[in-house]
Amino acid sequence: MTLTPDAMGRALPRIEGGQKVAGTARYAFEHPVVGPLYLHPVQSTIARGRVTAIDTSTAEALDGVVAVLTHENAPRLADTSDAEFAVLQDDTVAFRGQYVAAVLAERSETAREAAELVEVTYDQQDHHVELDEDSPDLYAPDVVNPSFETDETVGDPEAALESAPVTVRQTYTTAMTHNNPMEPHTTVATWDAEDGRLTLFESTQGVSAVRTAVAGVLGLETGSVDVISPHVGGGFGSKGTPHANTVLAALAARAVPGRPVKYALTRQQMFDLVGYRTPTIQHVTLGAEADGRLTAIVHDVVEQTARFKEFAEQTAVYSRSMYATQNRRTSHRLVPLDVGVPSWMRAPGEAPGSFAAEVAMDELAVATGIDPVELRIRNEPAVSPASGLPFSSRHLVDCLRRGADRFAWRLRDPRPRARLVDGWWIGTGVAASSYPTNSMPGSSAVIRFHVDPSLDPALGAAGRYEVEIAAADIGTGARTVLTQIAADALGVRPETVHVAIGDTALPPATTAGGSSGTASWGATIADAADRFRDKWGDDPSDGAQADGSMPDNPYSGRYAMSAYGAHFAEVAVHADTGEVRVPRMLGVFAAGRILNPDTARSQLLGGMTMGLSMALHEESVLDPRSGHVINHDLANYHVTAHADVGVMEAEWIDEEDPYVNPMGCKGIGEIGIVGAAAAIANAAHHATGVRMRSVPMTLDDFVV
Amino acid sequence: MDATLTLVVDGRPTTLTVDTRTTVLDALREHLDATSPKKGCDHGQCGSCTVLCNGRRVLACLSLAVAHDGDEITTAEGLAPEGERHAVQVAFLEADAYQCGYCTPGQICSAVGMLDEAAAGHPSAVSGDVAAPPTLDRTEIAERMSGNLCRCAAYVNIVTAIERVHAGETAR
Repeated sequence: MTLTPDAMGRALPRIEGGQKVAGTARYAFEHPVVGPLYLHPVQSTIARGRVTAIDTSTAEALDGVVAVLTHENAPRLADTSDAEFAVLQDDTVAFRGQYVAAVLAERSETAREAAELVEVTYDQQDHHVELDEDSPDLYAPDVVNPSFETDETVGDPEAALESAPVTVRQTYTTAMTHNNPMEPHTTVATWDAEDGRLTLFESTQGVSAVRTAVAGVLGLETGSVDVISPHVGGGFGSKGTPHANTVLAALAARAVPGRPVKYALTRQQMFDLVGYRTPTIQHVTLGAEADGRLTAIVHDVVEQTARFKEFAEQTAVYSRSMYATQNRRTSHRLVPLDVGVPSWMRAPGEAPGSFAAEVAMDELAVATGIDPVELRIRNEPAVSPASGLPFSSRHLVDCLRRGADRFAWRLRDPRPRARLVDGWWIGTGVAASSYPTNSMPGSSAVIRFHVDPSLDPALGAAGRYEVEIAAADIGTGARTVLTQIAADALGVRPETVHVAIGDTALPPATTAGGSSGTASWGATIADAADRFRDKWGDDPSDGAQADGSMPDNPYSGRYAMSAYGAHFAEVAVHADTGEVRVPRMLGVFAAGRILNPDTARSQLLGGMTMGLSMALHEESVLDPRSGHVINHDLANYHVTAHADVGVMEAEWIDEEDPYVNPMGCKGIGEIGIVGAAAAIANAAHHATGVRMRSVPMTLDDFVV
Repeated sequence: MDATLTLVVDGRPTTLTVDTRTTVLDALREHLDATSPKKGCDHGQCGSCTVLCNGRRVLACLSLAVAHDGDEITTAEGLAPEGERHAVQVAFLEADAYQCGYCTPGQICSAVGMLDEAAAGHPSAVSGDVAAPPTLDRTEIAERMSGNLCRCAAYVNIVTAIERVHAGETAR
């Protein structure tokens, strides 16, 4: 099934735009509830050990405190097999900042004050929180996120490197970083003891996943948990899976039946409890002929996980499918530490992996004297290096060429440290980008028709189509794009379609993650529309209804499916101070059909800006003595601000791909960040002659 | 300890009793159900809570309610009385100057306050001649808006939206 585009491809304004600019779109904490209690947690001040005593008497004596929950009195959970969800179940402390108690009070100010009054005594044990690749605890996980092979060897990379005329052998590192969506993770939980129902207003990338997880942990029927999340203030992966905070709020709600429990993490707590991107140490070796053709790629990664729960970022996977070579090795090793568990952050794997891989390619360009755009073109594979499958579509070379043209690349003098303008060293750099085109099975959708005589006759419809699917719009524009898809699938105008999302009262949907949302939910809606039209034709009667589910893609396993892109960056480094600026960035992408140019451009620019942030700004500094991220707020953990952004443009190749899904679209939420930091690092080298192998790069790196 | 005070929120005077530790932001959000200003950091570091206080942009999370007895607070919602959108709101919609929308009400209040500051001749850190009337180019706008973080990074479009309002291209 392939949809004929009419609404798809147009710049339909965001449906909820009016509410967002007025601030009347309600986020999780803002849904009106009656008689709420405010939750404020107590967090461990040690990184490893046991709680030996908790004195809650002073806190409980405070006027307005309703309850103080600890592991001694908190309700028992039904399933603690996921250690992250085992909140207040025993006296073990596995990381600094772990929940050890929670106060419920009539006022937020009281809850916070009372939390400070809870006295916790610990039996502190030695902890290890520093990523050290020589750690004796280093191990190979069974798979890396989500289910890639941990290690992979093709051909004989060591022999190929022995005989390679040119080699690049370097170590690259990326920092620990935190997602930091502007809306903190939030839950408003109400337990209705009479009916045995739990209601959560939740800030999440997937209401269905939260429902399943929370029901399992609390031992409730899945249908007894309602999760409502119409608007989400960003997530970037951290809201892709529930974390301990949601369990804590739900647990607390069960302790106070009938009282809504409101809990939004403070910004500081966001650095402790809801995931982060692991720091990485990446050893990359490239072997090449004198003409730049790769004969070997080796990409070995060491990163961290929590001792109490594993997360294995798939950092080297990028190198498995990007460039052609007969010999390749990729591997992942983890060091378990007494830290919070890392998790998904925008383009897990690809974002840090592409930094190492694409800077190494730039080093190879310098070593061989070949232009870095041309070097990438020379190593373009005919089939997927990972699977051997043909590409459903791959227009990386077109992206590189278009970008080079737009960036006036042919005028570039390849010599580094050759342009000093008004006290600033100026340079330009390039990097490629790719992100897999994912679709997730498991969504379903309902379409209902209602006759509406009040409709403008010019719309050519007798009524309105209600489309229901528990999808999420975390700022992507999903609500709008799904409306466009539904309109084309039904063969009607988008004005006659209303898409309802973000509520478990709707048919279940997969999570907004892995850039899979539009592809998965869109194909599901297309299936429902197909059934609707089969059943009711184009002139349905009032109340006509059909449901559909995510269809299997007949081309899956026959084609390799990814989006591609090319980043071009200009960097200026101040000759005296080392200050780094990025006056210009251009991204050119090939991502199938662009369903809405406005929301797509915004997402791509957003990804590129987060790449700029990764390159220059973001680093969570973990104090080895305490296990604590010491720069845990938005003043000390800088994310790119207005003044950091220069001229930044995103554009795309019109790409037709009949194999990926009925819309012909590829995910675009993550590809913008992939490769962006490498392009900036490569431009910084071109500007200054100083090779940047570690991000974030800061002014002290350039003052030598 | 509690205190009773009056806030004029989006033109409506309301008397309320709050804990003396309550911020303007919590007074608005938790006591008056005025949830247009957002809480992103509660420390004055992100700008999501920006409102106009007697016409000037302030961070509601750093302002104690008791210190604002009688003040006129305008939120992004109040900039659009009865759905009549402010030029800045129109420009944000037209430029797709937002994604998740959480920082957006703060960005909009900040932009309105910033345009007034520039019109009144206030210089910024990037103004060349601090005595001259400022020229609001993209660099000036970005500098003056840098207290408002946007993690979705709609920055390019936000600056474009404000540029258009300043140029009078967006009608109220």
